[in-house]
Amino acid sequence: MEALLALVIGVLGGAAVWLVLRPRTFQVIMGLALLSYAVNLFIFSVGSLFLDRPPIVRPGVPTDLGHYTDPMPQSLVLTAIVIGFATTALFLVVLLASRGLAGTDHVDGPRGEP
Amino acid sequence: MSLFALLLLPFAGSLLTAVLPTRARTALAACAGLVAAVAAARVVSLYPQIRDGGVIRETVSWVPSLGLDLTLRVDGFAWMFALLVTVIGALVCLYARYYMSPDDPVARFYAFFLAFMGAMLGVVFSGNLVQLVVFWELTSVVSFLLIGYWHHHVDARRGARMALTVTGAGGLALLGGVLVLGHIVGSYDLDVVLGSGALIRSHALYPVALVLVVVGALTKSAQFPFHFWLPRAMAAPTPVSAYLHSATMVKAGVFLLARLWPVLSGTEWWFWLLCGAGASTLLLGAFIAMFQNDLKRVLAFSTISHLGLITLLFGLNSPLAAVAGVFHIMNHATFKASLFMAAGIVDHETGTRDIRRLNGLMRSMPRTGTLALVASGAMAGVPLLNGFLSKEMFFAEAVFLTAHPTVEVGLPLLATLAGVFAVVYSLRFGYEIFFGEPSTDLPRHPEEPPGWMLKPVELLVVACLVVGVAPSISIGPLLAAAARPVVGGDLPEYHLAVWHGFGAPLVMSLLAIVGGVVGYLWLRSHQRSGRLNETPFFERFNGRRLFESGLVTATRLARRALRLVSSRRLQAQMFTIIGVAILLALLAARGVPLVWGDRERLPASHEFVLLWVIGMVCAVGAAVMAKFHRLVATTLMGGAGLVTALTFLWFSAPDLALTQLVVEVVTTILFLLGLRWLPMRLHDPSRRTTMRDRVRRGRDLLLAVGAGAGLAALSYALLTRPAPQSISPFFLDRALPEGGGTNVVNVMLVDFRAFDTIGEITVLGAVALTVYALLRRFRPPAESIGRPQQQRVLPSDVVTDLVKPRATGERAGGYMMVPATIARLLLPFSFVVAAHFLLRGHNEPGGGFVAGLVVAIAYLTQYVFSGTRWAEGRAHLLPPRWIAVGLLLAATTGLGAVAVGYPFLTSHTAHFTLPLVGEVHLPSAMFFDLGVFAVVVGATLLILTALAHQSIRAHRPPAPNKRTEAS
Repeated sequence: MEALLALVIGVLGGAAVWLVLRPRTFQVIMGLALLSYAVNLFIFSVGSLFLDRPPIVRPGVPTDLGHYTDPMPQSLVLTAIVIGFATTALFLVVLLASRGLAGTDHVDGPRGEP
Repeated sequence: MSLFALLLLPFAGSLLTAVLPTRARTALAACAGLVAAVAAARVVSLYPQIRDGGVIRETVSWVPSLGLDLTLRVDGFAWMFALLVTVIGALVCLYARYYMSPDDPVARFYAFFLAFMGAMLGVVFSGNLVQLVVFWELTSVVSFLLIGYWHHHVDARRGARMALTVTGAGGLALLGGVLVLGHIVGSYDLDVVLGSGALIRSHALYPVALVLVVVGALTKSAQFPFHFWLPRAMAAPTPVSAYLHSATMVKAGVFLLARLWPVLSGTEWWFWLLCGAGASTLLLGAFIAMFQNDLKRVLAFSTISHLGLITLLFGLNSPLAAVAGVFHIMNHATFKASLFMAAGIVDHETGTRDIRRLNGLMRSMPRTGTLALVASGAMAGVPLLNGFLSKEMFFAEAVFLTAHPTVEVGLPLLATLAGVFAVVYSLRFGYEIFFGEPSTDLPRHPEEPPGWMLKPVELLVVACLVVGVAPSISIGPLLAAAARPVVGGDLPEYHLAVWHGFGAPLVMSLLAIVGGVVGYLWLRSHQRSGRLNETPFFERFNGRRLFESGLVTATRLARRALRLVSSRRLQAQMFTIIGVAILLALLAARGVPLVWGDRERLPASHEFVLLWVIGMVCAVGAAVMAKFHRLVATTLMGGAGLVTALTFLWFSAPDLALTQLVVEVVTTILFLLGLRWLPMRLHDPSRRTTMRDRVRRGRDLLLAVGAGAGLAALSYALLTRPAPQSISPFFLDRALPEGGGTNVVNVMLVDFRAFDTIGEITVLGAVALTVYALLRRFRPPAESIGRPQQQRVLPSDVVTDLVKPRATGERAGGYMMVPATIARLLLPFSFVVAAHFLLRGHNEPGGGFVAGLVVAIAYLTQYVFSGTRWAEGRAHLLPPRWIAVGLLLAATTGLGAVAVGYPFLTSHTAHFTLPLVGEVHLPSAMFFDLGVFAVVVGATLLILTALAHQSIRAHRPPAPNKRTEAS
């Protein structure tokens, strides 16, 4: 399971890096979205992988990390997911505005166009 | 009024004058003058406390951990300076009322002026060296604004910039020096530093501290070789020059030398540095002043020369000379301020400052002429005027000094020569323009200025006379009080008197006056015949040219460096960032080797493997398709997102899974809305892939694979090593008893880390408003203005007359009736689901974020199926209000805790029993979560509907470019 998740994070991250390096704005925004998946999964996995131990306190179960999965990375990632949506939206609109003003969807505007 | 109030008074006045009507000259001058006068009165009233060597201190804690306190400290010397600053400031306010023209925006002038006065008082009153440097830099900045007051003149802008560069750089050096001093002494407190003279002078770092401090002082006081900025600063309005360049700003440098005299003086270093700079400035300034034809430039170079004299006096390492230096600071301030004002009056009344054009003004402006004559007498050092006394003290010091033989012989010679020069330029200023045949070709007909404009000059000149005639009665006690702290407490023996008997100093004075008159006559006859109109010899020794070429070189180098190490191209920047990140990770892996641990592994399950096979295909597919097939890429991306959500669910994170799921939905809608405005991209088979493209792609692929492999290895190492200690048990322990909820993740968001969440929803709201604002001005590209093919009744390329007229140009109505109806029916159910998530969020998976997104999606579905017009015709959503209400609710919940005496955002759970419902636990965090919910609904709706609106807005074609039209 660990190896698979590591591989997944690697593939997502690699695809994201590839896209971020592309010249078209849409590719870059896609890359950033993929990157946020990769990073969110990575941060989440820091709290170690557990099956069926959600951090929801049940009576009679000792409150330690042996019986619950780590809630901290989860709360960090939850914030990150929502903020990620906001930044994606902002970037998309900037992208549209720059496309409307510059007449091209190259990341560097008309100067970058071959 | 405490010292702090006194210090804040000018700044408060500055703010007040800044908001008064900008052309109300009289009101502004009265306001500023009153502030200065009140400050002056307060300073005067401090006199009894400091008269006999007393020190007033007030302290407010500033950065206690660094040993920095805001300390105001007034001793006799600081008091004398504060008196000069406030009294001359008040006089200049009165003068400026008549000098400034009705067209000048004088509010700005007085605001800067008072701010400068405050900064100067700050320098003078500082009882802490770091604080002194802060105010010192403040004077540089405000003087920049004052010199550049007439910013439509290029001279003013350049002069201001030069002054700021030179004095600001000096301020940096001073800061360095102060830090070294603080390092040596172990404290920045002035009293402690003043008490550690011996320690400092014997320390190995003494020369470093000394040189840095002296550079700061010399730049500020326009001493050779930094003197070149002062004449250029004459582009300032004359009241500014009268204040800054006679009494205050340039005196800050010598103030510092005097302030630190008990600590730094008494060494060879001090002697040679200050005497060298002082003597060369004294002579050079006086020499150049003789050849100037602009009244203000004569005064500027004379100021440089007099400041050189003061520097020299402090440099002589003799207490008596230091007393003379303090005395000359006072005298120079009075006569030079009055001379600047007189020059301003002449300029104001005649329209020119050119000495060659001005003649015989005594006939038309006798009062101004008399005053200017007396003041220039003081500048020349004529007996019975104050300038004579301090100059006499200097001559005496020059003669009786015991030092190196060359100095013993050279200094009296130099002093006499400088005296001769001073008489020459004083005659050129006082005599040449007021006597002789009256000029006839002046731009304006000269006449006496308004009486109140002359009052400040009269007062200052009377002061020169009174001090000059009866020094021991008028100035004696003040001088004693001011000089005592400078020499470290014990005043040397000296006599303030006009007549000291016939000795070497008197002979030197007489020689200077006679030589000066002869020299003046000789120079005038030469200049009349057209020679010596330029400064001989020294025109080339001009720091200005050096400064300017230095500036140009620095700019060019910076630009070249920028071009070398930076790029404006995003791809190059991204490449560098990712490359460097990988490199750093590799370097770090050398220190901490990347090895797998032996933590117990989870057995892999087939379903999960299959799931992520799909997920990885989606991710790679999205990466490949994003170039030409954006819709496909968006869909695949959604697939990867769904698999991520399932992963969260798999590994015990139901909250994350829920959130990821709903965010995935809104993100996909967002992309779909945006796609329409992007240009169509089709694979063009005719375009060959160049070699360069291939190399770049290969390089990027390599980087991507490297980054992916690195991430995978890192995450595998992390997952297999033993889990580290975590602070999470704290949250698990306290969630139920103190947070009042069993869902630890939610309790963390709305309780333990609620402050963070407030920040987050604020960002969310700000982003939504930004998106809205950006889209209001959105201009779509030309080819996407028309309706998309899918929305037309007929394809645009079909020519036919068989079309219902009503439907022409309208959207194809009546499609998606079934899903629209279902979506409408689902709306109330969505609300129930959202309410469910919101209410149970504290104990079960759910919460404000998820609930808010569910409501937003329910509304968006209506937009999607029924169209924007239909949806908005029926529901008035007002998303900005949702955002506002949500933020207010969250903030009020937090402040509620403050109101009952707990820290911000402390939560409380109320327990009560309701009929029918039973026992109810109502945590205050619930209201906080409600705020989160409202912000999320509002922000999501605002972002997406703003985008959706673009398609129904009537788009004007972009305005034609005026430039191309004209050509």
